[in-house]
Amino acid sequence: MKNGEVVKLIDVHKTYHTGDVDVHAVRGVSLEIQRGEFVALMGASGSGKSTLMNILGCLDRPTSGRYVLDDADVSALDRDQLADIRNHKLGFVFQSFNLLPRTSARENVELPLLYGTRHLTNAQLRGKADAVLALVGLCGREDHHPSQLSGGQQQRVAIARALVNDPEVVLADEPTGNLDSRTSVEIMEIFQQLNDRGITIIMVTHEADIASYARRNVVMRDGLILKDFNVTQRFDAATELEKIAPIDAEAPI
Amino acid sequence: MKVGSTINIALRALRRNKMRSVLTALGIIIGVAAVIAMVGIGNGAKAQVEAQIASLGENIIQVLSGSTTSSGIRSGWGGAGTLKIEDAAAIEREIPGVIAVSEEVFSNMQVAAGNQNWLTRVLGESADYLDIRQWPLADGAPFTPQDVRSANKVCVIGQTAASKIFGDQQSAVGQILRIKNVPFTITGVLVRKGFSMMGVDQDDVVIMPYTSAMKRVIGGAVLRSINVQVSDANQMNAAQQQIISLLRQRHNIRPGQDDDFTVRTQQDIADTATATTKVMTVLLGSIAGVSLVVGGIGIMNIMLVSVTERTREIGTRMAVGAHGSDILTQFLIEAVTLSSVGGVIGIIFGIGASQILSSYAHWPTLISLSSIIVAFMFSAAVGIFFGFYPARKAAALDPIEALRYE
Repeated sequence: MKNGEVVKLIDVHKTYHTGDVDVHAVRGVSLEIQRGEFVALMGASGSGKSTLMNILGCLDRPTSGRYVLDDADVSALDRDQLADIRNHKLGFVFQSFNLLPRTSARENVELPLLYGTRHLTNAQLRGKADAVLALVGLCGREDHHPSQLSGGQQQRVAIARALVNDPEVVLADEPTGNLDSRTSVEIMEIFQQLNDRGITIIMVTHEADIASYARRNVVMRDGLILKDFNVTQRFDAATELEKIAPIDAEAPI
Repeated sequence: MKVGSTINIALRALRRNKMRSVLTALGIIIGVAAVIAMVGIGNGAKAQVEAQIASLGENIIQVLSGSTTSSGIRSGWGGAGTLKIEDAAAIEREIPGVIAVSEEVFSNMQVAAGNQNWLTRVLGESADYLDIRQWPLADGAPFTPQDVRSANKVCVIGQTAASKIFGDQQSAVGQILRIKNVPFTITGVLVRKGFSMMGVDQDDVVIMPYTSAMKRVIGGAVLRSINVQVSDANQMNAAQQQIISLLRQRHNIRPGQDDDFTVRTQQDIADTATATTKVMTVLLGSIAGVSLVVGGIGIMNIMLVSVTERTREIGTRMAVGAHGSDILTQFLIEAVTLSSVGGVIGIIFGIGASQILSSYAHWPTLISLSSIIVAFMFSAAVGIFFGFYPARKAAALDPIEALRYE
């Protein structure tokens, strides 16, 4: 495991030109995230957190400023180079899961591998996908389609997909936004377990209690970082789950 | 990014939407099947015409008696009766390369045997005629040059005429056939030759020495036509020209005057007939081609809908590392797979349809390898052509926009 910072933003600006008006979504953000951190990026809508997330996720480029990811400056890369960075170094978890419909959990997880530079045999693809599915607790559900899985299970498939290429950073955009409270805690449990294994996680959320599962919170407002602090009273997902009445326990499918 | 993976991705995407894939390919299937079947019918007709022309015999030149013009009314071929027996003899004697000549007279006549009678075509020919026409006997023997010289009362009979008069049970050979109350002995029965390209049943015929026909049944001293066989295909044109000048000279036709006869080669007949069938093939093929293009537009339509419908999917793929070119290739491969698989199925259906047409409707069909290859290449090209626009549209999507698309 390498040490040191994995993400470094230096005075990042992002300006959108819509018609005659320039929208300054991000107005000079500098941020360092160390390997193994679990950061919650918070803020109201319009605070610039989604724009910052897109930049962190190499889906978008900053208008000015530098973004160093894993010791490489990625702020000036072109479309295809960014796609390769996303494939090798980043894993995405979306609010609405974004799984391919009518496609088994295994094939969904295999997707990033298919766009990788290494050519894997079907058996290798399957082996890797099944391993990460087991990691998120979906052993035995490899052949289920998204429509046959609960929301929490779908999000776990998405997390498995994010993990399959051994990324430097997992980026989660409102991962619990479409889930009920118990399932949300279950997802946080997975994130905490992954983080304990040393995986860096950056999560966008607007829910303060969800942010409390992270180790560090970064709060944005009007395109700037308002607060940046370590969580003192961190929630432990396993403990929280025990508090929730067992009648909520998920019925086996 | 390997091509193998993209193919894998594209096939997975098609498999996810089986019904839609099948329906999209259906347009191409029908288009290709139609092209294969229609071109098959056209080629079959062409081959049949060619076979019929070949059945006239090899290297044949027909000299037809000319038309008369009387008070501005022109009769048809043979009306004037300008050809004499001596003309035929002169052709045989003077034109180089001529190996056989048959003087021909013709009439439709009532023939009778026992209590049966039948209206059939009566041909008077020389003994060479059956060789010229390459028309062997199924039974018995042909009449001989001696029969021709002596104008003997003998004849050979075609299968249709034989079965109408004598039934299918007994052999016609050795039977007596009365034509205008003249008894003719049947020496042989011809093999079946089928219908000519004009639709005439060539087997409904009685063939006798032309001398016998002229002297005993038809009468007159002029020939309807002269069939000339030349030894070598290369000599056909020369022989044709020489026959024309020989006959002009014999008939005392001055320069500037029209011929009172017509000389046509087998090639002339073949050219006319194949031109007709070629038009038919092109017509049928282009109608079928239109349906293939419509099938291609169907693919473009579905692919465009699919790009819109799968915007989120495309965004997801881009988020996990797909390049624009990967998306482009994926959609192109999807389109080409649909069209070429449709093409293969269409070829199978087209061949099947041709088989059904030839076995139930008795239409001659001929599927050539080249038409299969062309149809397949064309269907694949349709996939590339009509798949490109939607694929490019998909590849140009912005990943952030695509991920946000509802």
